[in-house]
Amino acid sequence: MTYTWDFHSIWQNFDLFWFGLQVTVLYTVGSIVFGVLIGIATCAARLSRWRFLGYFARLYQELFRCTPLLVQLLWFYYAFPLLVGVNVDNHFAAMLTLSLYVGAFYAEIFRGGIISIDRGQQEAAAAIGMSPSQAMWRIIAPQAIKRMLPSFINQSVIQFKNTSLISVLSVADLAYMAAVVNGQTYRPLESYTVMALLYLAILVPVTQLADLLEKRMRTSD
Amino acid sequence: MTDLARTNDAAFTGPVLQAVNLSKNFQKLQVFQNLSLDLQRGEVVALIGPSGSGKSTFLRCLNMMETPSSGQVLYQGASVIPSFRDRGDQIGIGTLRRNVGMVFQHFNLFPHMTVLQNVCEGPISVKRMPKAEAQALGMHFLGLVGLAEKHDSYPSKLSGGQKQRVAIARALAMQPGVLLLDEVTSALDPELVGEVLDVIRTLAREGITMAIVTHEMAFAADVSSRVLFLDKGRIAAEGSPDEIIFNPSDERLSNFVSRTRN
Ligand SMILES: Nc1ncnc2c1ncn2[C@@H]1O[C@H](COP(=O)(O)OP(=O)(O)O)[C@@H](O)[C@H]1O
Ligand SMILES: [Mg+2]
Repeated sequence: MTYTWDFHSIWQNFDLFWFGLQVTVLYTVGSIVFGVLIGIATCAARLSRWRFLGYFARLYQELFRCTPLLVQLLWFYYAFPLLVGVNVDNHFAAMLTLSLYVGAFYAEIFRGGIISIDRGQQEAAAAIGMSPSQAMWRIIAPQAIKRMLPSFINQSVIQFKNTSLISVLSVADLAYMAAVVNGQTYRPLESYTVMALLYLAILVPVTQLADLLEKRMRTSD
Repeated sequence: MTDLARTNDAAFTGPVLQAVNLSKNFQKLQVFQNLSLDLQRGEVVALIGPSGSGKSTFLRCLNMMETPSSGQVLYQGASVIPSFRDRGDQIGIGTLRRNVGMVFQHFNLFPHMTVLQNVCEGPISVKRMPKAEAQALGMHFLGLVGLAEKHDSYPSKLSGGQKQRVAIARALAMQPGVLLLDEVTSALDPELVGEVLDVIRTLAREGITMAIVTHEMAFAADVSSRVLFLDKGRIAAEGSPDEIIFNPSDERLSNFVSRTRN
């Protein structure tokens, strides 16, 4: 099979890719920030003395961890508005769903990190008069963060790739823009290859950095 | 009384720390019933007894690390309530623990902080002491336990004996009115026990009020003014080291002491 690659028309549309890439980064970073906040709250609820809070948090986590992200996106955009009787903006639905999705996973990563810290640390902090929240932020969290960093980065890398699904809600992310370019140029091979390369170009440095970070942390123990 | 033992309420003359009819049970398990103890200022009390007799649990009730099932803890005459904050004349767990330090069998140093940061953490984040002042204080107590030159090391680089001495300095840096020590040499290699016991002897000489759980009978006899023998959740014998350790009258006590002494 002989195929003549032709990137000319792709370069002409590079501004579309560039725009899409920015949208992808925006949704990734945005959903990571909201996801961390949701994750902290959910983790706190899971570890709380109030049982019902824990059950509630658990229910949320199971819903979002055990259904596909694509299904969640469709549900929030098409089903949820019928339930509440208000139209939901597609950008809002996309950001909300992405954040809730990643937050459920982050919560589990945070919880795992915190409960892996020896109980004696909490006791030693309490013994010098620290309040539970001081003990958490000064003593437990710094140690837990170090331990959970690799899984956190891993989940965030997955999140970056997962944002491609918001194209089904017509959010103009990288995947959506690749389809647009393809529609204009009839060059699917080039369009989708450039898209894949752009994902790679962002994530390879991130995973390299993560490996480096992990190595540095292991030596500082 | 030396500088080390001075607390903010040196005028108070009653018992520094009191346990009044403390009982503790874990669900169905009754650990101890109606234990009372008065700790006078400058006094060193040793708690001895077989494993599982409730020594740790009793000690942990004294700083509310365990909540007593009934009875009361009083610090300088003020009763302690099981909330973190003070309420009226009653003091909360936070105030109690600022004044009643504890050293653990397994050190529990903060591994992400240097030795000096470990020691300064309480003064800085709990007492809100300015950093420079806290560091000077920290270096003073590190000097006292003989580890000033290790102030920049991380705990993972220290021997067990050094870790425990840092843990003692960390507790002292809060300048507590009372220090609780729970088998602080039990996790140490035999050759490292001496250096830790020596530090505690120094504290006793300096007039630090202490309650010490220990299996080291010679040390208990040497450092304490009063020994309590805990057995099956009650105080089975109480008296001077001479009466309890060297001339035990009670049969279970004399068995226990002779088994542990060598
Ligand atoms: N957190 C806990 N939950 C249930 N039982 C406990 C707990 N802590 C201690 N115990 C029990 O209480 C008893 C006294 O324990 P402890 O105070 O550690 O004794 P000692 O320090 O004298 O060896 C033991 O039977 C122990 O198993
Ligand atoms: Mg014990």
